[in-house]
Amino acid sequence: MIFNTPQRLSLFGAIPVIVFAFWMAYSSFVRAELSLEITTEGLKQIPLAMLPFANERDLTTAVSPIVIADLQRTGLFRQADVSGVNPIPTETSQLKLAEWRAKQATAVLMGSATIEHDGKIKIRYVLVDVATEQEKLIEVISVAPSQLRGAAHRIADAVYEKLTGEKGVFSTKISYIVKDGPSYQLRVADADAYNERTILSSKEPIISPKWSPDGSRMAYVTFELKRPLVVVQNLSTGARKVVANFRGNNSAPAWSPDGKRLAVTLSRDGIAQIYTIDAEGLEQPRRLMTTRAIDTEAVFTPDGKSILFTSDRGGSPQIYKIPVEGGTAQRLTFTGNYNVSPRLSPDGKKLVFIQQNGSAFRVMLQDLDTNQLQNMSDNALDESPSFSPNGRMILYASRANGKGVLALVSADGRVRQKFSTQAGDVYEPAWGPLQ
Amino acid sequence: MNKILLGVLVVSVLAACSSAPKKDAAAPITETKVAEAPTAASPTKMPEAQPLVAPMEEASPYPTKGQGGALGERSIYYAFDSYVVNDAGKPVAAAHAGFLGGHAKAKITLQGNCDERGSREYNLALGSRRAEAVKSVMTVSGASAEQIEVVSFGKEKPMMAGHDESSWSQNRRVDIVYQGE
Repeated sequence: MIFNTPQRLSLFGAIPVIVFAFWMAYSSFVRAELSLEITTEGLKQIPLAMLPFANERDLTTAVSPIVIADLQRTGLFRQADVSGVNPIPTETSQLKLAEWRAKQATAVLMGSATIEHDGKIKIRYVLVDVATEQEKLIEVISVAPSQLRGAAHRIADAVYEKLTGEKGVFSTKISYIVKDGPSYQLRVADADAYNERTILSSKEPIISPKWSPDGSRMAYVTFELKRPLVVVQNLSTGARKVVANFRGNNSAPAWSPDGKRLAVTLSRDGIAQIYTIDAEGLEQPRRLMTTRAIDTEAVFTPDGKSILFTSDRGGSPQIYKIPVEGGTAQRLTFTGNYNVSPRLSPDGKKLVFIQQNGSAFRVMLQDLDTNQLQNMSDNALDESPSFSPNGRMILYASRANGKGVLALVSADGRVRQKFSTQAGDVYEPAWGPLQ
Repeated sequence: MNKILLGVLVVSVLAACSSAPKKDAAAPITETKVAEAPTAASPTKMPEAQPLVAPMEEASPYPTKGQGGALGERSIYYAFDSYVVNDAGKPVAAAHAGFLGGHAKAKITLQGNCDERGSREYNLALGSRRAEAVKSVMTVSGASAEQIEVVSFGKEKPMMAGHDESSWSQNRRVDIVYQGE
């Protein structure tokens, strides 16, 4: 088993500085392999007093810095002035709330760690609303020392959900392709880009990795046998199975919401058409529809009843929707001559895709109720957009300084992040499910 | 049905899962809960996969690359988002169709390629369509469909690495590759 040695880059090393109008905050985090920059615009950040946890210095991994980094990375929160707090409070009764009110903190997060006799770490944390003096969250988590990062992400998820009403995505995983010279690698990392590991290395391209809905498997397209095949890889064993290996191209896998079927694009009958197969690749493919045009890039709607896809049936690539049992396709995009790569928000109400605008290919967001369009990027060569599992962020691939980078933009367009790697290009990002 | 089943590699065992902590998001929590380690359903250990193994190819006759005339050419070029075989490409396709017609054992793969702009998957389909368009020209010019395999590399294998039209125009291309060559 190969785990990549976490390689720390120097702070601000290899980070392209981009300036947005009215940017209010700029911060950088350094991760294994990937470095990250965040910009926010026109956003009032919520001040939180996130205190160090008592006794966490005795641990192999301090917990509160991970929680703080997670929450700050959203761009929604900023750290209030917590300097000089001594002793560190661990109970609400020890809090001088008037002081925190004076420092305009909305809430205080405090905690403590205890090393138990069996070696496990007990972490207790409390989130207190400064205005109401109410304890919004009290929880005790017991973990092995090796799981401290995971515990910190769980705490960040709980705090985020309590403060925003939305699910946090700090415990989720992301995947992406790194192309470094002649080598292609499919990698998986925690959402904060730590714990990066390579799950497939190849001298041939890998594209379109898609997480199964339960996060246990990944479907992707590999060119290892000199032409594109669809493979499903079990992430815990590394075992893989070719699920589509027909004449011509086999590509564009998309999981059904129940994880039992895949939509794929096959060119076995000449032109690229969409079929559904079972995820084991045992049954004959079922053709979704028969057209004389390119049909590809299928994605299931969250209810599993329909499939969105890209087709050039109207003379230019546009996005359409069709029932999974086939029928009449309904066109969804009407502006522009090149609209591709549809992905839906988890609630199915918003569509992201790539639109060509002059020489630029950019992420667009379309409200499916109003059909209102929003341009989400000012880059030149965006591709492969998708939503975070809570629908708050859009993850996509782009280029900066001549390299492939990953970018994130909040669904309201206000918070932007960019990940880059020193070695080569990074692209084809995919966000794993909520855990 | 053409399918490869790969050997299954079982390398590691997923750490035993325990129940996730329950949380009541709505009501303020006043009681201390002790939750077990939050182990995710997704794997914590992810071993690297093993390579797939390709079948061997048979040797077959092929014309010399770079020889004079259209038969020495091995590439056909396209406009952006187009799969139309243009006037420069037609004689090349026809010449190779003639060769295939005269050499029943010869086999080719038409490899479709695209420039780097836009969707990887749409480009993969477009490359396939470009190669299919060449195949259509060839099958009406003396080649048998059984002699022609079609594959697309989309934008994944650009010949030119630049990010401008001079590179893009070279990358929008179908290559004619003889089996065993």
